[in-house]
Amino acid sequence: MAKLVSIPSNSLIPERDIDKSPILECVNLGIQFGGLKAVDDFNLTIGRTEIAGLIGPNGAGKTTVFNLLTKVYQPTSGTILLDGKDTHGMNTMQVNKAGIARTFQNIRLFDAMSVEDNVKTGMENEMTYGMWHGIFRTPKYWRQEKVAHERAMELLSIFNMEDMADMKAGSLPYGAQRRLEIVRALATNPALLLLDEPAAGMNPSETAELMENIRKIRDTFQIAILLIEHDMNLVMNICEGLCVLNFGRVIAKGTPEDVQANPAVIEAYLGKKKEA
Amino acid sequence: MKNRIRWNKTTRNNYITYAVVLLAFVVMQILSSGGILSSTLKGMLVPICAYVVMAISLNLTVGVLGELSLGHAGFMSVGAFTGVTAVIALRPYVSSAPVLLIVGMVVGAFFAAVIGFLIGIPVLRLKGDYLAIVTLAFGEIIKGIFNNLYVGLDKTGLHVSLLSDKTDLAEGGKLVISGPMGLGSIPKVATFPVGVLLVIVALIIIFHLVNSRSGRAIMAVRDNRIAAESIGVNVTKYKLMAFTVSAALAGAAGTLFATNYTTLVANKFDFNASILILVFVVLGGLGNMLGSILAATALTILPEALREFSDYRMLVYAIVLILVMLATNNDTFKSFLSRLKPGRKQKKKEVG
Repeated sequence: MAKLVSIPSNSLIPERDIDKSPILECVNLGIQFGGLKAVDDFNLTIGRTEIAGLIGPNGAGKTTVFNLLTKVYQPTSGTILLDGKDTHGMNTMQVNKAGIARTFQNIRLFDAMSVEDNVKTGMENEMTYGMWHGIFRTPKYWRQEKVAHERAMELLSIFNMEDMADMKAGSLPYGAQRRLEIVRALATNPALLLLDEPAAGMNPSETAELMENIRKIRDTFQIAILLIEHDMNLVMNICEGLCVLNFGRVIAKGTPEDVQANPAVIEAYLGKKKEA
Repeated sequence: MKNRIRWNKTTRNNYITYAVVLLAFVVMQILSSGGILSSTLKGMLVPICAYVVMAISLNLTVGVLGELSLGHAGFMSVGAFTGVTAVIALRPYVSSAPVLLIVGMVVGAFFAAVIGFLIGIPVLRLKGDYLAIVTLAFGEIIKGIFNNLYVGLDKTGLHVSLLSDKTDLAEGGKLVISGPMGLGSIPKVATFPVGVLLVIVALIIIFHLVNSRSGRAIMAVRDNRIAAESIGVNVTKYKLMAFTVSAALAGAAGTLFATNYTTLVANKFDFNASILILVFVVLGGLGNMLGSILAATALTILPEALREFSDYRMLVYAIVLILVMLATNNDTFKSFLSRLKPGRKQKKKEVG
């Protein structure tokens, strides 16, 4: 397991990323819905090639953090630095172009479109031909479509899904739909990939395969991955840094070993021991 | 290269659609030159083409973009009025009728696209029922404007005035659009071959658009807007693109439609016309262009074919419509249809 080291802003990132600036820094991030502070004073730093985990009991605010990072919600306080740049004022689309891609807890695929087209839609950022090139089928259209097709097949091959390319996304089995969401997110060339419960609904062997694939994705693309997951086996096995949320606040941070031994975490998950 | 040659299901369906249109054209040409075609049906060929283009263009908004528009006839009227004005204004300079019509359709499409774009900016911020109701309102506004618009043509050019005829035409000038009286003395330049040409061009535009980067983005917005945004799709841009292209094609169809008559009033393009086009789309199937073509053709001919029922014509029309809807939504009927289709076995294997 990679060793975590302290960096000047008093956060932990994997030792191998120490020479590179962190990909993501959240500083005192917070959002308030009316009187409710859904996320408050959230600080997190993620290294360039780190696999980090965001865990916590149901309703702790994990998905809200994802929605803040991707600007589905605008934060009411604090800043998000993506690759050192403030994402203030950006919308979801712009944040994606800046380098954050995500999957969703409740799968959001383009159900009526083919698997290949789902992935190709993710290449929106790199395809440059306009409407008229498409209508007149110019050489530029054929060139870019050919590249897109090849790249889509290559990305699908990560999960051995090439032979599903012509199927409708909505007709895929559940596990394949989750995998397709990851492929579609990867097609946007992210620097940071957010996975919202990637193993939900998967059986142990599928989960084991997923863990391998998450590592493979990190190693191949040299990107950072932040994942929300309830499967502790997966979290403890592949995450280098963990951040534990409860009631919208960070209650613990560190390596999986540190976090497992942290009394505050045990209390959040299992409740307080009754005093004798 | 493999991708270019490989015919997937979509590509095959697109070629079938082209083939059906061309076949229908050839058959109609043979029948009419052989004198077998009744004069009523012959007179309906151009309106059928116009309604087919209306149906497939609305299908782009409703089926591909996934937004319900109830003002499509409004764009048709923009195309009809501007296109016909162009045809009348350019008539002394262009001798060939088909060229004149094509220029008119381009002008009609251009103005309808501009109006579609401008209306799209506020309308596409809305969703679902709200969007539908606002498109209905804009359709009525367009009708209201044309009912009060006076356009005259004389040696010095075009004169436009609203509410009353203040065009002050020079000697020899004449009114092209005269308020509630609408268009008068339209040169009847519309022909069936040009109509079919427009259908083919509209199909090419729509199929090529759908099977490109832009089309994928448009369908992505339809299927899941939040996911589309999360992968960098500019939702507003693609919604506007689909809406504008749809309006432009409706404009061209409007010009074609109008040049088949000698006079035409704005009230022809009312709410009922928009609903009629929507019926074509729903009956033919959302996103199914061939379905739209068949539905538009059948439902344009049907009222004429039911003439013998005289007073009960529209009643029978409604009953037939309901029966067709029931039949096409019937599972037994659908499975019967799918048994007729080839390539079903292969599909089953893929799933298993």
